[in-house]
Amino acid sequence: MRSILAIATAALIGLAQAAWADTEITFYYPIAVGGPLTKVIDGYAAEFEKANPGVKVKPIYAGNYDDARIKALAALKAGQPAQISVLFSIDIYELIEQDVIIPWDDVATSAADKAWIKSFYPALMMNGTYKGKAYGIPFQRSTIVMYWNKDAFKEAGLDPEKAPANWTEMTQMAGKLVKKDASGNVSRWGVMVPSTGYAYWMFQAFARQNGQDLMNRDGNKTNYAHPDVIAALQYWRDLGAKHKVMPEGTVEWGTLRQAFTEGKTAMMWHTTGNLTAVKGSAKFPFGVAMLPASKQRGSPTGGGNFYLFKKTTPEERKAALAFVQFMTAPERAADWSMATGYVGISPAAYDTPKLKAYAAEFPPAVVARDQFQYATPELSTFQTGRVRKLLDDAIQASLTGQKQPADALKAAQTEADKLLKSYR
Amino acid sequence: MRNVYGWLLLTPAAILLIGFTHYPAVATLIDSFFSTGTVVRPSRFVGLANYALLADDPIFWQVLRNNLAFAAGTIPTSIALALLMAIWVNDKLPARALVRMSYFTPTILPMVAVANLWLFFYTPQIGLIDKVAAVFGMPSHNWLGDPSTVMACLAVMTVWKEAGFFMIFYLAALQSLSPELEEAAKIEGASRWYYFRRVTFPLLMPTTLFVLVNATINSFKLVDHLFILTKGGPDNASNLLLYYIYQVAFSFFETSYASTLTVVLLALLAAMAIVQFQLIEKRVHYR
Repeated sequence: MRSILAIATAALIGLAQAAWADTEITFYYPIAVGGPLTKVIDGYAAEFEKANPGVKVKPIYAGNYDDARIKALAALKAGQPAQISVLFSIDIYELIEQDVIIPWDDVATSAADKAWIKSFYPALMMNGTYKGKAYGIPFQRSTIVMYWNKDAFKEAGLDPEKAPANWTEMTQMAGKLVKKDASGNVSRWGVMVPSTGYAYWMFQAFARQNGQDLMNRDGNKTNYAHPDVIAALQYWRDLGAKHKVMPEGTVEWGTLRQAFTEGKTAMMWHTTGNLTAVKGSAKFPFGVAMLPASKQRGSPTGGGNFYLFKKTTPEERKAALAFVQFMTAPERAADWSMATGYVGISPAAYDTPKLKAYAAEFPPAVVARDQFQYATPELSTFQTGRVRKLLDDAIQASLTGQKQPADALKAAQTEADKLLKSYR
Repeated sequence: MRNVYGWLLLTPAAILLIGFTHYPAVATLIDSFFSTGTVVRPSRFVGLANYALLADDPIFWQVLRNNLAFAAGTIPTSIALALLMAIWVNDKLPARALVRMSYFTPTILPMVAVANLWLFFYTPQIGLIDKVAAVFGMPSHNWLGDPSTVMACLAVMTVWKEAGFFMIFYLAALQSLSPELEEAAKIEGASRWYYFRRVTFPLLMPTTLFVLVNATINSFKLVDHLFILTKGGPDNASNLLLYYIYQVAFSFFETSYASTLTVVLLALLAAMAIVQFQLIEKRVHYR
């Protein structure tokens, strides 16, 4: 009799669990930096499953940001399950236009949930917010910082502990840092700013420092032709063409890190995502600083956000919310930041003991955080691919001397206006 | 009954061909007459509007010019080099197998690996080319960052990669040539150059045609290296037609316009193949 009862109870529990286990969360995520990060993500998912029996989490690694977006959208179109995804923060307008995502505000309704949405750095929410609603929850986020070679600074007679604070200082210091060999060829440049791949992103920093953002908050107007924006591009071009402290032409994003660690440039602008890699390969002491100011400091944010897809059941949405809250909790955010070099996404993450200890031992880890107060969202508009390429092409045409910055940017603005007219 | 059996044998190949070649080609053509649909604005028939857009697109004309320059830069050079290498390794020379293999090695490497390799050849200052140039006191050059050199850099790399592959075909053809021809030419007192010009080269024409068709297709088809080396930059100076199609389709999400570009690419390749087979075939056979 007892055994029958036991079996019946077990069956009942089994049934209940089976009912819960119906909630399965599939999510696609990209990895854009080095390291065995799929294992880290799988570990987080397993940890979450243990704490929340009945919810299954299936993370699917989907390549780089472009691949992840294509795969997630293809899966949705084909009716494959995908409840959430980490996608490029600037994909937001595209995803809204495709009508595949809903704002997190729709599911995060309790007071605690609302406080959670407010817990992130405002700078990181700017790319995820549309018409006042949060569509993107920050996860793997980065920003641009300046790396400098302290040995080179010493050699040039500069204070090795002090990075340039503004454009004038950067030009002057870079001038002193240029080193030429006996035959007059440059063996070390003063500064390098990459201009392939993510030229628009680097340029946003220049523009912001000169007081301008490149697009409006509704993503339907660009600001490429403002005189201060043109002046910003002129400054970037002058670093190579006039001051001769940077190579002329474009600087390759992919090899810049090696150029810096091999001592071929004394300063570089690069993503915080490279911090761990530079730390591992630089054979000289190096510093990390905020980007220099013109009218003000400034740097765009970048990276990936969590999006919630529209085609989901209420149970799935609830489970997805719980999972994303788990993934963005201060402890995990601190852990993720140390594993990758991405920034901690909330002030609470930087207050955790482990990130505090890490920052005490390695101060560059918190430069990105301190720069947040000057941050601007990454360039993102409707028709974002084309609008961004217009700017990329204009920048490269200017840096290679084929067009004047003013002509190039004005032409890009005219084209962007044509593309965005119907969204206003 | 016999027919049924034949058709059954053809079915597997036919399904694959139709499913993955013919149907996509036709679907692409149809898509090029429609606008790109979003949830808000469904796709609709627009006739030739996409083609009008294409005619007005300066980047399209630029990538087309780039592609023609790329073809002109890579095809003759790689064929000439392949022929030269084949004749060289067809002779009896010490360590012949080793030389043959080393010429062939670039071919077996994946294009993406090759591009990563060459990225570090071309990188200013720390790259191989600049390091060697520095020994001779030559200034560093920003090879891939300069619109006037980037295309040549890509062409050199492609020739390096492809010539070994074409060499194999020439080598096979050379070995099938009857040795009596050479003996007869020697008895007649023909010079080596005369023998090559009047006997070897004409006999190699079928191989040349084959290689030419392949080289032409490759010059429009190979874009893997752009992802690594330049992403089409600076300012589209190294952008090629197929890479532009990729950008339009997967970065701009303009699937209809990408279809339109694809139709143009297909038409171009088909036209070139027809011209090559029609014109050159007349001069190919020597029986």
